[in-house]
Formats: sequence, structure tokens, C-alpha cells
Amino acid sequence: MSVGVKGWVWTFGLRELAAGLAVTLRYFFKPNITVQYPEERTPLSPRFRGEHALRRDENGAERCVACKLCEAVCPAQAIFIAIDPNSTAEKRLTSVYDIDNAKCIYCGYCQEACPVDAIVLGPNFEFFAETRDGLVSNKQRLLGNYERWKDKIDANLAADARYR
Amino acid sequence: MAQQKEFQNYTVNFGPQHPAAHGVLRLLLDLDGEVVERADPHIGFLHRGTEKLLEHKTYLQGVPYFDRLDYMSMMSEEHSWVLAVEKLLGIQAPERAQYIRVIFAELTRILNHLLFLGAHGLDVGAMTMFIYAFREREEIFDMYEAVSGARMHAAYFRPGGVARDLPEGLAERIKDFTDSFPSKIDEYETLLTENRIWKQRLVDIGVVSPEEALDMGFAGPMLRASGFAWDLRKAEPYDAYDRLDFDIPVGKNGDSYDRYLVRVDEIRQSNRIIRQCLEQMKPGPVRYEDFKISPPYRKEMQRDMESLIHHFKLFSEGFQVPVGEVYVATESPKGEFGVYIISHGENKPYRVKIRAAGFNHLQAVKRMALGHMLADVTTLVGTVDIVFGEIDR
Repeated sequence: MSVGVKGWVWTFGLRELAAGLAVTLRYFFKPNITVQYPEERTPLSPRFRGEHALRRDENGAERCVACKLCEAVCPAQAIFIAIDPNSTAEKRLTSVYDIDNAKCIYCGYCQEACPVDAIVLGPNFEFFAETRDGLVSNKQRLLGNYERWKDKIDANLAADARYR
Repeated sequence: MAQQKEFQNYTVNFGPQHPAAHGVLRLLLDLDGEVVERADPHIGFLHRGTEKLLEHKTYLQGVPYFDRLDYMSMMSEEHSWVLAVEKLLGIQAPERAQYIRVIFAELTRILNHLLFLGAHGLDVGAMTMFIYAFREREEIFDMYEAVSGARMHAAYFRPGGVARDLPEGLAERIKDFTDSFPSKIDEYETLLTENRIWKQRLVDIGVVSPEEALDMGFAGPMLRASGFAWDLRKAEPYDAYDRLDFDIPVGKNGDSYDRYLVRVDEIRQSNRIIRQCLEQMKPGPVRYEDFKISPPYRKEMQRDMESLIHHFKLFSEGFQVPVGEVYVATESPKGEFGVYIISHGENKPYRVKIRAAGFNHLQAVKRMALGHMLADVTTLVGTVDIVFGEIDR
């Protein structure tokens, strides 16, 4: 009987609605956790897979040796490489290194496959293009990406090296 | 003389671009006034031919495709794929990798069920819930990003283990999350469980009897809400599940409200499982240390010729898998997600069939909607928790 009375009081006293509103009211007075994106940013982990970059070695020479392993492993077939015809046995170079950002699924397999740590996925995720052609990164752009994000990419690689 | 007018049933197209349709569901509804007389789901708007594509990919290249099937529970789908490949190869992942996979499969379950809570709430008018659920989802996405580098499409599980070990500090972060998470679940429940509007919209909507549930091939939370304690994690334990202690929440009435309650309780159980994994986990290798199947360690590869050869073979050609057929199903957040592979002994599967968990549940909408009002259809579409990535494949 008492349960019935209690249930009646709770139902007409809007108990569960009040409890729900109390939760929202409590958060009303708590500090805001929203991140105001362009001004504030959340930290990224060293493993973050953003826009690609082609690394250079300490002497400023291109690391890529045109082994085409990234081209072979890419599940989306987004990479196209052509070998420089002037390559020698000592120095193999690419003449074309294109990544179609529209095809790329950012799985990071190219980075894992690269035996010389040339192609990496950098920390940049803010890039756009107005045309489809603009979404194809050529070698110049990829090398430029490395110039731009050099410190961060190298730090991330060093931080994650022992897990690979 | 009073005039009489005859009204015919009329047909409404619910979707494929309806905000409550959870993606690209086209539901043809025959209405008599506001009562649904026939509901006919049309699918196929998100068909990408994953099964065919997989025939042209090596087993390693197949992994990212699984993220994109059920794009709300990414790592659970990968789990089925890697377990199927491992079964074909006859190998087992190292113990630590098994625990890491279970942790992330369970985090994925939380991720998926939180989306269910938020989106289902949004469907039936509880707007606040969405924001609360996404707050915790954000934390789990950060963990995804820390471990794999991508917030959603992780490509983290690999045949024979996982890609990389947990980075430093992540285990503690997950631990902290599991400490504070139960109180957050209590908050969700305060907002929804007893709420009279929530109950009015869910209780006795879309009742599925146990017999019907079996007839329609239900699995996962949908089946459990109808009263069967069937869970693949218990029935056919894979990875580390046989070493973990957890309960199977079971519903009673098989209505939308029970399905909600079952899923909320599953979140609590997942939280429990993650805590146990973190306690039981020991340091060790996370990839199967036969370098014909797993990539060799990077330091070795840059130093040792043998490893370099393995590395090149693995990333260009992949590994050969013995001839055979295998079906492996895991308990994905939405139900039984199965992968059937036929291998002809090559580096690519001969044929792959994916059993999507949501497919069988979607067909039930047809039966569940009969006799309900138009407004209840949103509840029903929400309660089956469908994602078209996996249904259309």
C-alpha cells in the first residue's frame, strides 16, 4: 500500500523529471568543456595520421628510393610513382610521386611499409582544395609539407619509434 | 444529405534522406490515417561492393575496409576479420595482443551504444542525451587516436595481433576513464530510464516475442532483449573472453524499452571487462612473431637482410593462407558480425561473405511497425540500431 502511495506521489510530483533536470542544472554551473576549435585545439598523439609528407635526410637529399612498396601496399591505390630514368645503382630517385588525397583512406600503411622512413603521415589535418586536381599532391607539395611540419614529424617519429 | 468521403491509404517515403532514418534507409510506409499498415525497407543506397573488393586485396589490405562497414563500431568489425584470417592460418595472437583487442573491442561497444543512446534519444525527443553521450565518445575517440593515429578508421587490429603496443600512459588513461564512467552511465539513466516521456515512447513499442526473434535471425542485444541469454563472447569465447568475468543482461518483454535497458547494462559490463583486462594484462609482444605473417620490427628491418626480405614480401605480396573455408563470428555491438572466407591458398581471399548484424534486425522493422503510429517508426528505426555501411556493404 505504502508503495502505491509513494508511487502516486512520485508520479504527480514529477520526481523523475526533477531528477533529470537536476543533472542538467548541475552541469549548467560547471565549467564549460567545449573546445573553441580554430582558436583552441586538442592535443594530437604522435601516431596521428594526417596529411602526407616526403622526408629528406640530414643532408637535404630525398629519402625516397623509389622502391614502390607504398604503391604496392596502398589499399586504395592512391599512390603513383615513376622512377627517374637517370637513377643509378647507388642513387635511385623518383621523377613522379603523386598521392591522390581524394582516394587516400589515411590507413597509414604507406608509412609502415616505407623501409627508409620517407613517406610519413604528418600532423596536419587542415587542408583543402577547390578542384579535384588540387587534391592530388605531387612531389613538390609533399616535400613542402615536410619543410613545413619538419619539427613535429621528426619528434613524432622519434616518440613512436620504439613501438614499431 | 450528409456527404461521405472515402480516404484511401496513402504511401509515405520515409527517407532515404530523412534525418531520423539513421543513414540512407528508405522506408515505404502505407498509412491508414496515422497507423502503419505496411512498412517496406529498401536498402542498397550505400553499397560499395566491399566483398568483391576484398577479393582483390591482400589479407592485410582488407583490414581498413572493415572499419568502413559498420562505421560506428570500427574495431569490432576488424576483430572478426583478423580472427577469421588467424583461424585460416591456424595461429593465435600473443596474450597481450588478445587483451588489447578485447579492450578496444569493448571500448568500441561503449562507443556504439553511446551513439545509440544519443541518437535514439534525439529521435524520440530527448535532445540533451546526445550531448552527454558525445562527451564520453570524444574521450574514447582520443584513445583511438592515441593508439592507432585515427579517431575513427583505426586499421589497428592485424592478423596475428595488433599494429603497435599501447603508448605510454594510455593504459592509465583508460583506467581513469573506467573509474569515472559508471557515474556517467548513472547520469544517462537519470535522464532517460524513469523519464515518463521516454517510457511513453518506448514501452510496448515493437514487441518481438522470443519465437519471432529466433525466426528472424536476431542476435546481440536485440535477441537478448527478447529473453535469450545468447552471447558469442560466452558461447564461443574468442581472444581473452574466456578469462574474463562478465554478465549477460537479458530483457523480458522484447520491446524497445527492454532493448534500451539491455544496451545500457552492456555498457556497464563492457566497463567491467576493460577493468579486468587492464588488471590481467602483462607486458609482452603484441604481434605474432613469425615474420612471414607479421611485419618485422623496424629496427631489425633496417639492420638485417632477412627481415628486410620479409618486410618487402609482406607489404608487396602479403602472406599465403592455406586452402580452406572458415566462418568466424564475433559479438559486435550490433549483434553477430561474421566473416566467411574461402581461401584457395593465395595471398588474397577467393571469396568473402560478410554477415552484417543489422541486416536481420532491419527486416524486423517490417513486422514491428505493423499497427503502430507513424511517430513510432522513428522509435523502431532507432531501437534496431542500424548502420547502413554494414547492411549495404
